Amino acid sequence: MRIDLEARPKRSALREILSPVVALIVAIVIGGVVVAIMGRSPLAAFDVYFVEPLSQSYSLQAIAVKAAPLILIAVGLAFCYRANLWNIGAEGQFIAGGALGGWLGLVTHDGAYQAIGSWWILPAMMLLGILGGVLYAMIPAALRVWLNVSEILTSLMLVYVAQLTLDWLVRGPWKDPQGFNFPVTVNFDPEATLPILFDGGTLHLGVLFAPIVVIIAAVVFSKTIFGFQVRLAGSSPKAARFGGFDDKRIAFAAFAISGGLAGLAGIAEVSGKIGQLLTTISPGYGFSAIIVAFLGRLSPVGIFIGGLVLAVTFVGGEDAQIALKLPGDMTLAFQGVLLICVLAADVLARYRLRFRLGGKA
Amino acid sequence: MTFDAQQVQDVLIIVVTAATPLLIAAVGELVVERSGVLNLGVEGMMIIGAATGFAAGYSTDSTLVGVAAGVISGAILAAIFAFLTLGLAANQVASGLALTILGRGVANLIGASFVGLKRTPAPHLHIPGLSDIPLIGKLIFGEDFFVYFGLLLTGAVAYWLMRTRSGLTLRAIGDNHASGHSLGVPVRRIRLLAVLFGGGCAGLAGSYLSLAYTPFWSPDMTAGRGWIALALVVFASWKPWRALAGALLFGGVTVLQLVFQTWGVPIPPQFLASLPYLTTIAVLVVLSIRDIRGAAAPASLGIPFIPDR
Amino acid sequence: MAQSHATDLGQGSKATPLLAVRDITKRFGTFTANDRVTLDLAAGEIHALLGENGAGKSTLVKMLYGILEPTEGDILWQGAPIRLADPNAARALGIGMVFQHFSLFENLTVAENIALVMPSEVKLDDAPAKIAEISRAYGMGLEPSRPVWTLSAGERQRIEIARCLLQDPKVLILDEPTSVLTPQEAEKLFETLERLKAEGRALLYISHHLEEVQRLCDRATILRLGKVVGTCNPRAETPRSLAALMVGSEIKEVKPAGAHALGKERLVVSNLSLPSPELHGVALKNVSAAVKGGEIFGVAGVAGNGQSEFFAALSGETLAREPNAIVIDGSPVGAMGIAVRRALNAGFVPEERNGHAAAPDFTLSDNIVLSSHASAGMTRAGFINAKLAKEKARAVITSFDVRAAAPDPPARTLSGGNLQKFVVGREILRDPSVLVINQPTWGVDVAAAATIRQALLDLCAKGAAILIISQDLDELFEICDRIAVIHGGQLSAPLPARSTTREEIGLLMAGMGGSGHAH
Repeated sequence: MRIDLEARPKRSALREILSPVVALIVAIVIGGVVVAIMGRSPLAAFDVYFVEPLSQSYSLQAIAVKAAPLILIAVGLAFCYRANLWNIGAEGQFIAGGALGGWLGLVTHDGAYQAIGSWWILPAMMLLGILGGVLYAMIPAALRVWLNVSEILTSLMLVYVAQLTLDWLVRGPWKDPQGFNFPVTVNFDPEATLPILFDGGTLHLGVLFAPIVVIIAAVVFSKTIFGFQVRLAGSSPKAARFGGFDDKRIAFAAFAISGGLAGLAGIAEVSGKIGQLLTTISPGYGFSAIIVAFLGRLSPVGIFIGGLVLAVTFVGGEDAQIALKLPGDMTLAFQGVLLICVLAADVLARYRLRFRLGGKA
Repeated sequence: MTFDAQQVQDVLIIVVTAATPLLIAAVGELVVERSGVLNLGVEGMMIIGAATGFAAGYSTDSTLVGVAAGVISGAILAAIFAFLTLGLAANQVASGLALTILGRGVANLIGASFVGLKRTPAPHLHIPGLSDIPLIGKLIFGEDFFVYFGLLLTGAVAYWLMRTRSGLTLRAIGDNHASGHSLGVPVRRIRLLAVLFGGGCAGLAGSYLSLAYTPFWSPDMTAGRGWIALALVVFASWKPWRALAGALLFGGVTVLQLVFQTWGVPIPPQFLASLPYLTTIAVLVVLSIRDIRGAAAPASLGIPFIPDR
Repeated sequence: MAQSHATDLGQGSKATPLLAVRDITKRFGTFTANDRVTLDLAAGEIHALLGENGAGKSTLVKMLYGILEPTEGDILWQGAPIRLADPNAARALGIGMVFQHFSLFENLTVAENIALVMPSEVKLDDAPAKIAEISRAYGMGLEPSRPVWTLSAGERQRIEIARCLLQDPKVLILDEPTSVLTPQEAEKLFETLERLKAEGRALLYISHHLEEVQRLCDRATILRLGKVVGTCNPRAETPRSLAALMVGSEIKEVKPAGAHALGKERLVVSNLSLPSPELHGVALKNVSAAVKGGEIFGVAGVAGNGQSEFFAALSGETLAREPNAIVIDGSPVGAMGIAVRRALNAGFVPEERNGHAAAPDFTLSDNIVLSSHASAGMTRAGFINAKLAKEKARAVITSFDVRAAAPDPPARTLSGGNLQKFVVGREILRDPSVLVINQPTWGVDVAAAATIRQALLDLCAKGAAILIISQDLDELFEICDRIAVIHGGQLSAPLPARSTTREEIGLLMAGMGGSGHAH
């Protein structure tokens, strides 16, 4: 059998918006079949994964808290992917930001610098978080730009290095001396912790970074010459050079934005949600954000929605472990299926498929 | 601190066993990339091979069945990739990432009920007399059969690529698929076979980890070996024998960790554990400096192909 | 009127044709590339397939070679209808094809390129010997062990031909074979083709060069907009009548430049040497040239001799180390980027429309921003002035008669000729004092080509210095004041166009100029 692709004569905005939705539906159906094979009721699973998280205040907050880092990272990734740079090491940049920003939380522990006031601690932590992510992203960026080393492999390798380094810091030099030898650091002071927005809730100030960044990124992409450069460099690199745009600068900028936003997400998670440093500070946000970026078709507004959808599956996945005894990796597998469906749907929005029997090529 | 000769042999055996999964996965991916396709999903195909390999091997108590399951599951995942990138001409980088994420999820699902179980390692070659030669007998004649298969595979692929007509055709479409298509070469069919072969090899490499190397299943046990195998292909300049050299280098790095630990060198274990990843980066940098224009890479690597008809 | 000649043809037409096409139609989506085309090809004839760019010639021969599938109609082989599943089927019948954009593999050797299509009985190790044999027989001078990327266009074409001949084809299709050859190489090719004809093979010769067709071909079938508009004996026609058939309307004459006053030197290149940034590219060696205001300076040469590298150096996409290597209106800009050169009022049009001159997925107004983002008012505080960009796009569309389906469509939706008018118009409306343009009318229909050439002449009359890089000698002789030849990254001294013959230029194109750098 042969599959022929025939370009659709016209691009339809509706089809392009609907394609991720169709992909999500198909992925849910596939997930349902798997659940059924595992001997559980697909309808009950759908209820636990997608309905219940949306019906309770605490789980809605949990969704927002999970969606925020996903959205922040994915918006950054969109800058890279639009520029045709494949940063897949956002997980490492997230950790680098969390660790560098968290370091300030550790040294200001127990009111250490109260003498000079404490208003500066949180902003400085956020900036250090961004800085950590930017610096860590500069390694694959520089290797890519100057030496033409595949940024895919280097950025990914650096994830492992970041994970191991954080593990060493928290077990070694940064360990809480009074922590009964548990691999944790001290808790941050309240001045180094992002405040909770509502009493008794889990929603912290860092969650608000996501919508703000989405709005700024949407404007940058559609209205500014910088956004134009990034889109152009990815879509037609030769035309970008002909336009007089410096592709090296664009590459560094895209990596910096991507790393910076991942770092911000990292420090917001550490300071807002965890309140200390642990050996592991991310349940794979950096990788799930790749799915979010594609689910949102690399557009900031789409990513905002995509981030919420993926957060629902995270929260639902946790509930499903308890309610249905479904393994937690179900969520990961579902996300993989979802990304595959999104990529396929993306092609189908632009091409018509024709199946022929007996052909080849 | 001194080593006796027996210890040297033991160390070398560890180098070889650590190198074997990297070699098998890298040679498979090398064939894929020579055909012009970049499948970044090696890690995903490897981990699923490890999971199904152990599950099948444990359940049937047969290493061979385990290996077959590993190979088939890797190839199935590769078939999904082939459908996306060859059938639909989807972006190869994104599709490879999707494969990695899917592979990890499904592997952990399959492996969940096997965590903590152990089985006897895959059998080793034993030739009476030869295998008992002191100092080198075990190294050369006493390895498990994956090791010999890996070497055989490398030699066979090297011969096939450079000396046979079908190998020539594969290299040709990796150089220019449009020319191949206009000469009537079935570009997508050859690429499909190459991708399936690569998936089978990755699955085999994964099953080696859970059936012979450890031999047990634990989540995320591939620990980036699939990605290192991808780097090895670049390191090898897309030449099979060089992949063997690279795999041994990485095997050596792995052993370095063990040696440092037994010596009690005061280096945190986390840093030793990051050595393979740092080595990968270093190796890629050295290679890029030597070949900054990418002359060694197949010219149509990663470029989607949509035949008109 | 041309149909009347179809009956008084010479050899071959009375017997059953070797290969015939009956009412073949090929559609791509809604676009009809071939519309009920009918054609006969007899043994022992050279049959021309004439037509403009986009007339459907390549589509037709791709169907004859099994690459494309006809939507409707039949292909007959010795009178019997056949279905060509793929090129292997065509080759098995005895149909060979020499492609315009060669179907070669750059990183493989000559022997590997040829062995790939040899019948499977031939052992891979025996291939080099067989290739050497055929190379000797036809005087081709092929070295089996050389990688293809090291070879010139002429040598590459000989590989393609040798690859066909090894299969002893009865029908040989050649798609624009002379477009990459020097006049002397073309002459050699013609001798080979005459010999193949004498051996009783049928040749289908695709071209839009009327002189060539008249010289070589026994019969001509003329395509226009996918339809056959006539079959004739080209030797019984005049170039004018053939051209009229091909184009379908009176050809607009381009006003010749004539004698005109030249100003001061506006674009000066001195001793420019540059390694190529591209893999397998050509390095520029000691290139010097000076173009005066009011002058059109032509750069001739066979494809792949450093044209794109020269263009990139002139535009600033690749930088020279020495600032004085390139001087625009007195400013040394060798080490400055394209934006600086544009600010000095230079304009550039690269060869590739889609993906270099214009971003195919971007709208026309975005493509205005592409090359004029640095000019006044186009951006404010980093924000793009979309309104101004749209106005400028509209201005180009109206003054250059760019036909588009929507007011501001993506560039890729335009036809080749219309997009070329857009990217040329975009630069000319900026009223540049220096214009560098690579292959101004490549793959463009005759009407659009005339519009573009006229616009260049008008710009030149206003005092601009224009440098044209082109592989089309007719075009250069038509509008240039002086012509220099680029070969192997070296530029010859310029010759006055009016007092130079094609042969002199041809020798330089083959690297056999006075400087004695032949190899």
